[in-house]
Amino acid sequence: MSQLSSLSASGLTCERDERTLFESLDFTLSSGEVLQVAGPNGAGKTTLMRVIAGLALDFHGDIVWNGQPVKDDRPGFQASLLYMGHQPGVKSIMTPEENLQWSMGLHRKLDKEEIWGALKKVQLRGYEDVPCYQLSAGQNRRVALARLFLARQKLWILDEPFTAIDKAGIAELEQTLVDHARRGGMVMMTTHHEMDMDYSGFRQLVLGGE
Amino acid sequence: MSVMSGFGVVLKRDLHLAFRNRGDLINPLVFFMLVATLFPLGVGPDPETLMIMGGGVIWVSALLSNLLAMDSLFRSDFEDGSLEQLMLAPQPLWMTAMAKVISHWLVTGLPLTLLSPVLAIMFGLPSEALPAIVATLFLGTPLLSLIGAIGAGLTVGLRKGGILLSLLTLPLYIPVLILGTGAIDAAVSGMAWHGHLLWQGVLLVLGITFAPLAISASLRISVSG
Repeated sequence: MSQLSSLSASGLTCERDERTLFESLDFTLSSGEVLQVAGPNGAGKTTLMRVIAGLALDFHGDIVWNGQPVKDDRPGFQASLLYMGHQPGVKSIMTPEENLQWSMGLHRKLDKEEIWGALKKVQLRGYEDVPCYQLSAGQNRRVALARLFLARQKLWILDEPFTAIDKAGIAELEQTLVDHARRGGMVMMTTHHEMDMDYSGFRQLVLGGE
Repeated sequence: MSVMSGFGVVLKRDLHLAFRNRGDLINPLVFFMLVATLFPLGVGPDPETLMIMGGGVIWVSALLSNLLAMDSLFRSDFEDGSLEQLMLAPQPLWMTAMAKVISHWLVTGLPLTLLSPVLAIMFGLPSEALPAIVATLFLGTPLLSLIGAIGAGLTVGLRKGGILLSLLTLPLYIPVLILGTGAIDAAVSGMAWHGHLLWQGVLLVLGITFAPLAISASLRISVSG
């Protein structure tokens, strides 16, 4: 994590049903920064996250990762990306342990102790063998968030990560994001939660502010 | 992280999910057996007629049961966001798609192929036709899964994709069906049937080569829209 990285977007324009969500949007995100994308409902926050992650293909503009256009080296970009969308990708018929085994197993080799450690950090120790459909919405979200403790990726793109998480959980999660940024990572996230982050690398990008 | 271990993770995950969902696992097989066993009740027990139709009925049942199972290939992954996770993994998407199709075939096409001799005996097909039935299904069902996955990828984002999926993929299934039943007919009448089988092999190689690329492109379109 010592090497500095940067993500920059220039001239991003996206239209949905003949309505412009954002136009000529420019921003840069560097190692050590936490960027909160803010704006009212329907302002295009999720779309922006999906455009950056490479899931939405219908946009104009350039996205550059470490000085190289993302479209030239997509596998390289994806190797340093951790994305979590509205639907966090937790299989309800699998246990938390199995869920982490596959979702992070795609990125690197894991052993059981590591997974248990991550589950402990999200207060799910003791639930590793319970199928996720028996867990609450917040616990399911925590299964997805446990990925953050296993991730070696630099760029985290998190869409509404605080949904269904309790107050104490949110505070811990904010701390995790700051710790990641301090280690040279970068976070791009959306939330409607008031972020009281006392961190110099915290920035906001407001969409749809006319 | 090597590309192959990512392939293994997806394959293991999908097999795991399939065996967790036993109902979904058995459904296509039960359907296959039911359709084929209902035919003699419908057309009467005349051994001559049954022998003529046998190969065709087995193949059509296999095709329909494959189609039935196809809709669920990407649906649950699409709905719970797992598909996005799979797409943004460092492995190329065609490889992930291939792993999913293989696991799908292992739980639908393969058991169906293994069950087919039972149905063949039930229809009174001569024992010389048994190798033809098993061999054509063995080469044909993976091809059906590959073709069906392209349609499943395209329709996964639609709310009611099932009918569209059938309309899209059935025309592409037809050559596979004709070659399969052609080989069985030839075998029943005691002629050489390897020609048909070779053509099926050619199509399968073509499918293995190009279908994963088409599946990954169709998934990108669905997820992007």
